[in-house]
Amino acid sequence: MANRTADTVTLKIPRPLYDHLRRLIEGTGFRSVTEFAVYVLRDLAAHPAPERRSKEAETRSALTEAELEAARKRLRELGYL
Amino acid sequence: MIPPHGGRLVDRSVSGEDREQLAREAGRLLQVQLNARELADLELLACGGLSPLEGFMTESDYRSVVDSMRLANGLVWSIPVVLSAKTEEHTKAKAGQQAALLDEAGRTLAVMEVADAYSVDHDYEAQMVLRTSDEGHPGVQYLRSITPTYLGGRIHLLRHPEHRDFVRHRLEPKETRVLFAAKGWNRICAFQTRNPIHRAHEYLQKCALEITDGLLIHPLVGETKADDIPAEVRMRCYEVLIERYYPRDRVVLSVFPAAMRYAGPREAIFHALIRKNYGCTHFIVGRDHAGVGSYYGTYDAHTIFGEFEPEEIGITPLFFDHAFYCRRCGNMATTKTCPHLEEDHVALSGTRVRQMLAAGELPPSEFTRPEVAQILARGG
Repeated sequence: MANRTADTVTLKIPRPLYDHLRRLIEGTGFRSVTEFAVYVLRDLAAHPAPERRSKEAETRSALTEAELEAARKRLRELGYL
Repeated sequence: MIPPHGGRLVDRSVSGEDREQLAREAGRLLQVQLNARELADLELLACGGLSPLEGFMTESDYRSVVDSMRLANGLVWSIPVVLSAKTEEHTKAKAGQQAALLDEAGRTLAVMEVADAYSVDHDYEAQMVLRTSDEGHPGVQYLRSITPTYLGGRIHLLRHPEHRDFVRHRLEPKETRVLFAAKGWNRICAFQTRNPIHRAHEYLQKCALEITDGLLIHPLVGETKADDIPAEVRMRCYEVLIERYYPRDRVVLSVFPAAMRYAGPREAIFHALIRKNYGCTHFIVGRDHAGVGSYYGTYDAHTIFGEFEPEEIGITPLFFDHAFYCRRCGNMATTKTCPHLEEDHVALSGTRVRQMLAAGELPPSEFTRPEVAQILARGG
């Protein structure tokens, strides 16, 4: 649930993740986990959203063509395809 | 396609010149022979079955998992995946050192970049993970058989463990994902078992198949306790059952090479996350999942999922109560869907089934398919 002030809202993250991020930014230029999170999220949001893909395309994007072909070949040899 | 746990399917296999280089150096490295569980875990680590893990757990992940069922980075993970020291030399391994991981025949399967070697308290681990330190629990017995020093670090697989059994049914997560995509399946339900599939299990699977596109029957074939039915006997049961009673185009049978932990609720979470890595969207959780004896409450493996937000688990658990054939209903049912008394139900304990088979008596067909009973009678 977001709490609103004039310019910011509060987001919730799991405590273990917060602790991990706090350790991660020690010795860096980030003054707080909030500052780090805003930086990361702005960077992510700056990239356009991926277009809808077919299942094959989704699997393809996660695997190289060589991996896909090796998997298909093995599945055919074993009689699954 | 459902993303793997942590967002990326890990692949720790090395090939080409990198592989040759590591293979040449392996003989000079610290040698660590893996036990059966660690061999199975190595295989799963390498192929991404245990994504996002890239190796045996370092101390920070181990302690976080034991204490909170989360990795140090906050991702849900319920069971430690660890490599035990086998010698005094192993306990002195240092960060930055490399270790050759060997199978039982002394073949180098992988090289590990040692990140740390750390001491653990097995009683504490047992209490937290297994919810007991009773010596009768097979998971506790396993902990007593290994040293209380673990080595953590990323692994690089040089060669796959050798398997002569179930060769036709050993699919890795990459392969199941490609298969499900090729079949056009969006929703895939996984069924984990270390037992034969009786009518009750068949009923749960078919209920799940009614609301999904396909079913992955994924029997665990790694190390189990001595009185569990051997995997080769179980596989014959699964094959005959699928051939005669299941729609062939809706079912995939593939083996799950992991060792059994008998950790009940925590293992239910573990099993669910792994099947997500195999590309499944749903996971059947029946009564006393991964349980043994009476160490866990009948539905503890259901309630544990409530300790996490659904999106943190990612795969949808399908909870089923105790299933049986009801003579008055005239069909399979569970305690949720049948209003009749226990005396109207056909339900047998594992012990009773073993007694019947040993005496040459086949259990009733309302309990198990006759073809399965015959295989068990001959080979169980």
